[in-house]
Amino acid sequence: MGVCYYWGFSGEILQGENGEGGGGAAVIRCERLWKIFGARAQAALAAVRERGAGKRQLMDEFGCALGVADATFEVREGEVFCIMGLSGSGKSTLIRHINRLIEPTAGDIFIHGENIGKLGDDALRRLRASKIGMVFQNMALLPHRTARENAALPLEIRAMEKAERNTAADRALAAVNLDGWEECYPDELSGGMQQRVGLARALAADPDILLMDEPFSALDPLIRRQLQDQFLDLSQRMRKTTVFITHDLDEAIRIGNRIAIMKDGVLVQTGTPEEIVTAPADDYVADFVAGISKLNLVTARKIMQPLDAWRAEHDGEAPPAESPDAPPDCALDALVDLAVDTAHPIVIKAGGKMVGVVTKKTLLRGIQGKADSA
Amino acid sequence: MADEKQFDIFNPFDTVNFPVEDWADGIKDWAFENRSFFRELRAPLDWVVNNTEFVLLHTPQTVVLIIVGLLAWQAAGWRVGVLATALLLVMGVLGEQSWTLGMTTLAVVASSVIVCVVFGFPLGLWSGKSDRAQAVMRPILDTMQTIPAFVYLIPVVILFGIGNVPGVIVTVVFAMPPLIRLTALGVRQVSPHVVEAMRAFGATNRQIMIKAEIPLAVPTIMAGLNQTLLLCLSMVVIASLISVKGFGNEVLRGMGRLDMGKAIVGGVGIVIMAIVLDRITQGLARTERERGCRHWYEQGPVGFVLRRLPKKSGIMPAQPEQEESK
Repeated sequence: MGVCYYWGFSGEILQGENGEGGGGAAVIRCERLWKIFGARAQAALAAVRERGAGKRQLMDEFGCALGVADATFEVREGEVFCIMGLSGSGKSTLIRHINRLIEPTAGDIFIHGENIGKLGDDALRRLRASKIGMVFQNMALLPHRTARENAALPLEIRAMEKAERNTAADRALAAVNLDGWEECYPDELSGGMQQRVGLARALAADPDILLMDEPFSALDPLIRRQLQDQFLDLSQRMRKTTVFITHDLDEAIRIGNRIAIMKDGVLVQTGTPEEIVTAPADDYVADFVAGISKLNLVTARKIMQPLDAWRAEHDGEAPPAESPDAPPDCALDALVDLAVDTAHPIVIKAGGKMVGVVTKKTLLRGIQGKADSA
Repeated sequence: MADEKQFDIFNPFDTVNFPVEDWADGIKDWAFENRSFFRELRAPLDWVVNNTEFVLLHTPQTVVLIIVGLLAWQAAGWRVGVLATALLLVMGVLGEQSWTLGMTTLAVVASSVIVCVVFGFPLGLWSGKSDRAQAVMRPILDTMQTIPAFVYLIPVVILFGIGNVPGVIVTVVFAMPPLIRLTALGVRQVSPHVVEAMRAFGATNRQIMIKAEIPLAVPTIMAGLNQTLLLCLSMVVIASLISVKGFGNEVLRGMGRLDMGKAIVGGVGIVIMAIVLDRITQGLARTERERGCRHWYEQGPVGFVLRRLPKKSGIMPAQPEQEESK
């Protein structure tokens, strides 16, 4: 099959980016997490483990539904981790394990290295109130409270003084461009504004972790894009560790530093947007990414021909001196701009040193998502 | 004729009967023996009823009229305020004693409603939160609402004697169920998403109840209160059978003596009271915002006064008229 044989060193670039977020320590670690819904969940789990019973058998034999199957992943500090899957794939179930709104059938979740399955009620509530903010698809604002009172809710739950929590709430509302709307009730706001109140509520307590459960899915495409931009801007400034659920791969690619694709409760593939798009793990993922434009995702590093290979093909000669040059993390889109203005190949330079060459042929093949197997 | 009836499989009930009536007599004897204990229970209720009646009867009539009018205005708007005042005026001039009778009836009804709220509201919350409580409570509530009042008049009289207090007890038995049912319904109707959000931000069950569930259930709870109140009023005639004074007693005496006039005064009085109380409680069920303002103190007489006060503090912040960009 036409699965890619790119030149290059996958993942390096984005790993470098993650590194700047404070050493890339794992903030959330999820280990071998299982969730089976139903009265006989443990028996069903045993059946899955011993004889690999499928979703269908679980339902027929035990009356149980499989929510999450053997999920293991890590979210690093400051990273936006997208979990993408269709409805019913278990992504909303998975995210609710991170603040233990749902108890796992088996497996552990660690936050800052602490196993939250072992927390008592009080400690769990404190964790939720101080460390984790959550945004919901259906906003779930309190209709009898103003935007300010809604945003202040997590602080109110922590019994903060009214004046103090209102100041914090106003600050959070200003951060989502809602200053001037503090006194409004949710039903006086548009859907997009309501969701920004939801976001402000999650940010008001200044948590380390943001859990976003399809926050923009209920909004129309234009508003969704605006909110995505605003969220990207915010998350770059605040560097919150974020788990972001979506059913929209475009959204996942725009927002996520890393993406996990989920299907029937199983994490099928985890990787950077570039990895997911250029090297889908199976046909399911490949189907998903088929329609995704590679122009802004794939970089020169991925498609370039190493300098040695070029030399070998051209009798040891270097590319012509008037060739334009570009850095290795230059996206295909920018390479196209360079290529249309010149007859020469593009030279890829890292730190002033020539490392590879992109010809028009490799560039066109790269846009198609195929390698120029020269 | 000493022919003992033979058991007949086709007519089993001719011979097989439980002596339920005798058992009930046993209960009656037991009740007689323990009367003093129940008389003790009566004390707090006595206090509530007597004080309510005392206050209502000893406040000058005009003052009561004005207070009810203002309350109605605050709770349900100036139209209801005017209506309530006018209706109470009519009630006062209805007959010689009609104002006093009305206040007595109001005292009994108000005490009954207070008792209903004190017990019914927590019970309603409980049965809203717990399926088991709901399952246990449902048949009990059905019984309370359907069993003829005359049946429990007797044990209540045996245990508590006659007068206003047993009257309140009889009324509460009949009138409390709607408040419990509608409170439970209101709590159950609260969106699970909101409850989940509260939980996600670390709220305790208590905080979820106080900050989300009860406020969101208020309109339904108020509808229950309204129903309870009207049922209380509908019991005043039956309660007068055990010597509760007021309009109900007028109706009863009018009936006994074929005195049409008395019965009409009592009957119309009850209807007037029902309309006034119904409109006020219906007004309470509507939130401030349904009536076009943001806080309760911006409307009614309180708002009227506040608007005329020199603005020095930030009690009434100027509202930005924002209805743009929907």
